[in-house]
Amino acid sequence: MVRGMTGLRLSLALAASVLVLGAAQAQEPKKGGTVHVVVQPEPPMLMQGLNQNGPTNMVAGNIYESLLRYNEKLEPQPSLAKSWEISPDAKVYTFKLQENVKWHDGKPFTADDVVFTLDKFLREVHPRWRPIVNAQVEKIEKVDDLTVKITLKQPFGPMIMTQEVASAPMIPKHIYDGTDYRANPANNTPIGTGPFKLKEWKKGSYIHLVKNEDYWLKGKPNLDEIYWQIIPDAAARAVAYETGKVDVLTGGSVDVYDVARLSKLPNTCMTTKGWEMFAPHAWITPNVRNGILGNKQFRQGLMYAIDREFGKDVVWGGLGKLPTGPISSKTKFYSADVPKYTYDPARAKELIKASGYKGETIKLLNLPYGETWSRWSEAIKQNLEDVGVKVTIENTDVPGWTQKASNWDFDLNFNFLYQLGDPAMGVARSYISANIAKGNPFANVGGYSNPEVDKLFADAAIAPTDKERQELYTKIQKILADELPVLWLLEMDFPTIYRCNVKNLVTTGVGVNDGFRDAWKE
Amino acid sequence: MNLAQFLAGRLVKGIIVLFAIAVLNFLLIRAAPGDPAQVLAGEAGAADAQLLEQLRARFGLDQPFLTQLWIYLKGYLTFDLGFSYRQQQPVLSLIMERLPATLLLTGAAFIVSLVVGTAMGALAARRAGKWSDSLITTLALAFYATPLFWIALMSQIVFALKLGLVPNVGYETIGANYTGLARALDIAHHLILPSLTLGLFFTALYARMMRASMLEVAGADFVKTARAKGVSQARVWRRHVARNAILPVVTLAGLQAGQLVGGAVLTETVFAWPGIGRLMFDALVQRDYSVLLGVFFVSSAMVVCFNIATDLVYRIVDPRIEAHA
Repeated sequence: MVRGMTGLRLSLALAASVLVLGAAQAQEPKKGGTVHVVVQPEPPMLMQGLNQNGPTNMVAGNIYESLLRYNEKLEPQPSLAKSWEISPDAKVYTFKLQENVKWHDGKPFTADDVVFTLDKFLREVHPRWRPIVNAQVEKIEKVDDLTVKITLKQPFGPMIMTQEVASAPMIPKHIYDGTDYRANPANNTPIGTGPFKLKEWKKGSYIHLVKNEDYWLKGKPNLDEIYWQIIPDAAARAVAYETGKVDVLTGGSVDVYDVARLSKLPNTCMTTKGWEMFAPHAWITPNVRNGILGNKQFRQGLMYAIDREFGKDVVWGGLGKLPTGPISSKTKFYSADVPKYTYDPARAKELIKASGYKGETIKLLNLPYGETWSRWSEAIKQNLEDVGVKVTIENTDVPGWTQKASNWDFDLNFNFLYQLGDPAMGVARSYISANIAKGNPFANVGGYSNPEVDKLFADAAIAPTDKERQELYTKIQKILADELPVLWLLEMDFPTIYRCNVKNLVTTGVGVNDGFRDAWKE
Repeated sequence: MNLAQFLAGRLVKGIIVLFAIAVLNFLLIRAAPGDPAQVLAGEAGAADAQLLEQLRARFGLDQPFLTQLWIYLKGYLTFDLGFSYRQQQPVLSLIMERLPATLLLTGAAFIVSLVVGTAMGALAARRAGKWSDSLITTLALAFYATPLFWIALMSQIVFALKLGLVPNVGYETIGANYTGLARALDIAHHLILPSLTLGLFFTALYARMMRASMLEVAGADFVKTARAKGVSQARVWRRHVARNAILPVVTLAGLQAGQLVGGAVLTETVFAWPGIGRLMFDALVQRDYSVLLGVFFVSSAMVVCFNIATDLVYRIVDPRIEAHA
């Protein structure tokens, strides 16, 4: 790890530069005010340790905090950890905690809470933290009340990226230790250290958060209240914004074709930032177990046949960027040095013919996340039929899709996945043989298996320096772009639409999900 | 047969029907693909086998099918509608929390449509063939045929966005903290669009039915007799025609009343009204079985109750009817 020995100094310098920059460019934030935000759909609960649904993260990121935050370049920033140090052998991570941090119920936040959270609570319940802690971590221990040491079994490059709030929210030990976590009545009254507290949750209407007066970061937050409004219909959400009922439309909360119109309204700003950590990648997974789909030439033919530019410009209203391979260009370790596919129906026809395709019908499982996806399926069906591939679209509701995808009951499957800041966490899972497991729609559902790729991914995760990791990931991207275990369609952009008088709304790589700590209203 | 006997017979039948509905609901829901554990894991964007196992154990899905059915039925016998692990609350309290908003919405729509619909129908019948009759029948036909969601969205755009007369979504002004009369007025203000939208379809139905029924009765012998006796026109229409023509409307009202709970999914969704319909819809897409079954059961029970009530009303409105249990 390049930043190994200098971790502490670097982080302090970074923190300082952020402060200076902030002071130089921004106006003095105004205090007070209420912001109305749309959350969609209604979260099942707000206890972020137990639930990591998109809407849960969006609201609960104001209530809970983690050790680190990540800026738009995905560099770690202080949060509950005010500094951190990585040993020269990249195996020991020492976190110094902020002083005078209190839980919402007034109890102090200490190293005991961190150890409990990472070693016990999340290890038991968190599907993303569990594999990391089980495979990589030797021990997690308290050094003193404000210092925690994590010792790894081997160097693990993505370690420093694992402390985002949805991945590792700090959980109060005094409330959860020794209880049945999932049945704890406190799950309905979440207690965090964050800038806002839950005041009221009117099911079906709104979630009301109020300022945490005892917040450890003096002078923050600026806002007094946030109302998260639950409005199930996308068109009604757009009208609610236009009539002034809400101030912020979070990513994905209005129909794609409404984005251009809404962002042109007076006093309206739009940003696609704040999704760098997730960097959603949309694709089609061919089920390589099924006949012709196991043929590389056929898959390459499909890739040439799909007009991805059209998908981006027409279906997604010009938002996003065409991907070249498995790793998003928004994250580290991206490499553009790979075989590329442009829209070329003639070449597609050749390859499909050469593959020995005999006209069998291919089932395309549509993603039931709204009209945009359905239109995209139809466009792609048209593309494929233009080059002689027979396609039928299968439509389901969400649970039906989840079941079919999890049980490999498809030929082609639409999906989009988060990259989670590091290829070892958000990318490898879709391609490695070890993750071919029924029951999980986000595993390697296509069944692609290549021992060379498995080895490269395994080596890349634990390679000690970023340079070595980059070399391995470059190799992986080359191989996968040639073999096409999935057909990458789009690096998706989710626009956040908001009234321009809401300032500092998106300041980190997880955007609105990182909470309204720094936001203020003019 | 006296009224008590009639009622007792109806109640016994109702209970048998409810039992059958409860079992059928259970079987039907389980026939749909996917389960709540998979949905939760899917929404979280990450899952491993252990998480799914933990979730299934929580939802009781790791139990044998018949055991699940038995637990469910046993609970219902003691009015325990189960527990929503997804929302971490007893189903009954989830339903009770949402019921007032739904009853307000569907109740308002019911009253408006019944009053306006029958009045319009009666007026149209009275003026059969005149321009006011044509206007009413045309409007009724239009509203009868137009999809509800389209009217809902158009009314939002016209009355909320363009004219700014009413709020487009929600139950009350969020964050205003009104109390007492101010709050009641605020809720009423929010109620206007959804209740009118929801009521339009039934208004149209009542109008059409009332008009047809009145015209039919108007030609009957006893009406002619009344006229021949020299009873005034107004009295003939009111006492002889309208009263006899109302029976089919009562039937229809009974049907609509049965939908008071659980019948307004679309309206509640488009207007972000925090009612039972949305609770049910959310539970459906999330396969939150216990909530879904609870809502189904409560609304089925309402339908059974309103059917019995309708029969009673028949007997009151028209004493000639001898209802057979």
